[in-house]
Amino acid sequence: MSVLLRTEGVHKSYGGVRALDTCTIEVAEGTVAGLIGPNGSGKTTLFNVITGYAKADAGEVYLADRRITNVAPDKVFALGIGRTFQLTRIFPSLTVMENMLVASQHSRSGARKRAMEQLEFVGIEGYHGTQAGMLSYGQRKLLELAYVLVADPAIVLLDEPAGGVNLSLVNHIAARIRELNAAGKTFLIVEHNMEFVMGLCHQVTVLDSGTVVAAGPPDIVRTDRRVLDAYLGEDIVDDADAAEDA
Amino acid sequence: MTEQAGGPPTSTTARSVLKIDGLVVGYGGGDVLRGVSLEVPEGGITCVVGPNGAGKSTLMASISGLLRPRLGSMVLDGQNLVGRSTRQILELGVVQVPQNHSLFRDMTVRENVELGGYILSDRALTASRLAAVFDIFPQIQGWAGQKAGSLSGGQQRLVEFARALMLEPRLLLLDEPSMGLAPKILRTVFDAVRQMNAAGTTILLVEQNARAGLRLSTHGVVMEGGRVRLSGTGREVLENPEIGALYLGGAVSPG
Repeated sequence: MSVLLRTEGVHKSYGGVRALDTCTIEVAEGTVAGLIGPNGSGKTTLFNVITGYAKADAGEVYLADRRITNVAPDKVFALGIGRTFQLTRIFPSLTVMENMLVASQHSRSGARKRAMEQLEFVGIEGYHGTQAGMLSYGQRKLLELAYVLVADPAIVLLDEPAGGVNLSLVNHIAARIRELNAAGKTFLIVEHNMEFVMGLCHQVTVLDSGTVVAAGPPDIVRTDRRVLDAYLGEDIVDDADAAEDA
Repeated sequence: MTEQAGGPPTSTTARSVLKIDGLVVGYGGGDVLRGVSLEVPEGGITCVVGPNGAGKSTLMASISGLLRPRLGSMVLDGQNLVGRSTRQILELGVVQVPQNHSLFRDMTVRENVELGGYILSDRALTASRLAAVFDIFPQIQGWAGQKAGSLSGGQQRLVEFARALMLEPRLLLLDEPSMGLAPKILRTVFDAVRQMNAAGTTILLVEQNARAGLRLSTHGVVMEGGRVRLSGTGREVLENPEIGALYLGGAVSPG
């Protein structure tokens, strides 16, 4: 299987804080890949670097064989990387359909038809005339997914698709991702809901302090001691300071 | 200190400052806490850990009255906190140090600490409390005249602790005190938590660094999916192999 998306030794610092440190990941074409790690481990920063929202201080990003390091967000999108955000970014005063048409600006003909198909696919076609700002949080997430899909990107980056939504919607989103993947779509997903990640992803990469500490299939990753260490934290309490178990 | 940290927080023989039973709390889009029951033993440090979204901060906000539970009870020294205002809960002795920095940056450190005692009407009492707080955190006295905004993140955290101590809390709630601090500063913050406990303060702590938090604490609770999944002494919880599965969603080998 060929590698569709790759970062090589990416560094990114904000002030004195190193957000990414020699960060190297690969996403194989046709797979669902997961990117996990504790809060502050650099997941969203890596998404920002890949999609041009943050500039890498060093290192490279490749889409297939094309170098896309520090390319502007709109160009990255046009090259085939679609992305959702942790907090949805839609135009609240436009209708659902208008939001979709903004996203499909690159396809000239049949934009409305294709937009409707995507809304049907995620299950919010009944709201096409509704102002996007009136949607519930879960519906906004679905709109954002449809919005990204309408441009038919080569790879879809999802930032916490299951965050803050109820269980039936989580299952609905997972089913849609599976269906798209079965048809060949590649995904890279940042998510804290472990059942979602472990149940959906073929490969999982684990970040801690901006660097990859483990990568592999879910069952291998979740039994990896380094991953547990990343999540449970460093034991910095001295023995002398530890609480007594009377 | 009136008790040794002997049994798990669910033990009925341990004297508890706070007993929470069957607490259900949501934000409208569904319940975040789905029947939380736990006890906070007097004189101890009880640490709540768990993965993102487990409901830890929601639990803290519920105890301090910022959120209104749908079901269940929270009993502090025999008085149910459910339905009381944040001010009433504060007056009963529950003081919370929030996750985000909350000092008035343009006021001095001393003024910030004194503000912690704003519900005390007695100036002499305020002065004696301030002296007691400076006894626990002598380093803060050295910064007393500085503007709070000029302090480092770790120093600000200590001042926030000091401010909370002005009311001599019956129960001190610390919501992720290590949030956003560099690893070498964490030790200072954890030391400060221990100092406050050694001075007699009962503490309920939410901590992201589970290992350090549980090691520091007499009692530990692991939350996941809005429920308490494990509880016991800090060490029991830390050494329970199930803790990994609760974080990573599957069986984790003890390595």
